[in-house]
Amino acid sequence: MDRKLKVSSNPHIRSKVTTNGIMMAVVLALLPAAGFGIYNFGVRALLHILITVASTVLTEFLYGLYRKKMTITDLSAVVTGLLLALNLPVSAPLWIGAVGGVFAILIVKMLFGGLGQNFMNPALAARCFLLISFPALMTDFACDAYSGATPLAALKAGETVNVMDMIIGRTAGTIGETSMIAIVIGACFLILLGVIDLRIPGSYIVSFALFVLIFGGKGLDFQYLSAQLAGGGLMLGAFFMATDYVTRPITVRGQYLYGIFLGIMTGIFRIFGPGAEGVSYAIILGNLLVPLIEKITMPRAFGKGGAGHGRK
Amino acid sequence: MKKTSGAGERLINGIVKENPTFVLMLGMCPTLAVTTSAMNGFGMGATTLVVLALSNLIISLMRNIIPNKVRIPAFIVIIASFVTIVQLLLEAYLPSLNDALGVYIPLIVVNCIILGRAESYAYSNPAIPSLFDGIGMGLGFTIALTCIGAVRELLGTGEIFGARIMPQAYTPIGIFVLAPGAFFVLAMLCALQNFVKLRGAKAGKDTSRIGSGCSEDCMNCGEKGCGRRKFYDDSDDLIVEDLSAKEGK
Repeated sequence: MDRKLKVSSNPHIRSKVTTNGIMMAVVLALLPAAGFGIYNFGVRALLHILITVASTVLTEFLYGLYRKKMTITDLSAVVTGLLLALNLPVSAPLWIGAVGGVFAILIVKMLFGGLGQNFMNPALAARCFLLISFPALMTDFACDAYSGATPLAALKAGETVNVMDMIIGRTAGTIGETSMIAIVIGACFLILLGVIDLRIPGSYIVSFALFVLIFGGKGLDFQYLSAQLAGGGLMLGAFFMATDYVTRPITVRGQYLYGIFLGIMTGIFRIFGPGAEGVSYAIILGNLLVPLIEKITMPRAFGKGGAGHGRK
Repeated sequence: MKKTSGAGERLINGIVKENPTFVLMLGMCPTLAVTTSAMNGFGMGATTLVVLALSNLIISLMRNIIPNKVRIPAFIVIIASFVTIVQLLLEAYLPSLNDALGVYIPLIVVNCIILGRAESYAYSNPAIPSLFDGIGMGLGFTIALTCIGAVRELLGTGEIFGARIMPQAYTPIGIFVLAPGAFFVLAMLCALQNFVKLRGAKAGKDTSRIGSGCSEDCMNCGEKGCGRRKFYDDSDDLIVEDLSAKEGK
């Protein structure tokens, strides 16, 4: 008799997608931005990246040894380290990435239960931790290649900026955020692989653009708008950090809502806030709202609730 | 020691077993807000200790004349009197500490450790154990706040009690003297405390709490220092009295 029936217990649908496959894809997608950062800022940027990644991986390794549960092979520590390094200014002292790496992995991720349990994006939480702890070191963007303010700071001060330089990435800023082209190449790679989709980045960028148009005080100034879009960490944040699987909403409507919230918050921080940049704070605030967003956008199970639900 | 329900036992209870900060998680507002330095933490703890010990003593002495129904307002009046005394003394003799602690001194009136000890211990126990309960709890609070303040000051400025500890090359991690740092340090010290306690429990030491951890099963509870039992009994009596009074009419 043919064995047409295969009897097994659930789950019956299996996917070839694995955590370290996804993480590997993200690492590959970040390479253009990292490569451009090294080209743009020199060997010191490479040193920053190596130290930060070594710090996150080593922290995860040691914690794994202590808890006797090794999670290092899922590569998430590498992604966290790389993202954090791309968010550091190149002239910061080299130990700063190591401190941030320990904070990201130990405090934000492992103490809350490891990958999948962290309530905030570890790399961004560590960036904000460093930004609050060492404000002078973390906002000093002067380096060998560039001495002026970042494009966003110049924009905030009312100066004009060269948008073409910003799109290519030949400006001051953190290691990985300057080149819009490099980031978008990496993002396209992830979208083609199906690792991320455009729901969160799209709604984030569109709602931010609308916010700038309405409240930016410049009217329909295309040059100002494109400088706001290309400047700072918006692209890196929208494609690589807001889309973090663990800290984004899982519902489709929730993801749009989340993107819109991030866009509005970033706009508020950039236009009305004291600083020039606000992507990091916007995203970690969004991370905190994710449970609430999921609660109000959770689809109804068939047959439960409905129009008559709640009526006496 | 055993028969007087132990002054020493009350002290150990307040400092270790029922440490108000690390075990009971009471008085979080001053704990998080004023522990920016070891000195501020110590000052806050010491101020609270004085108020706690004296108010426990007075409330215990007056426990038989305070009517059950208005006990909370009565406690507040007693506590507020001591807070006012302490605040005036601080303003006179330690103005710099008074400025550093600011509004948190008058807020000791509503500190839940003080009200909690009055309600759960002093109101139903004799004066001397109540006094030592207050001192023990106050010492526990002081030690906890000083520890938190010292760690925050060390990481946030490189100093402890204003004395440079870290080498000059150390870059202060500014977040530790800001609000988030208070949460980090409190959580870390709390985790450390639980870690040590778990080790002790595994080694067979008695780490159980003495006064709280109530299972609400007063019938089978041997806890003598529990305020709950008296209130339950009182309220029952009250209802019985009311009913009999009505029936009498």
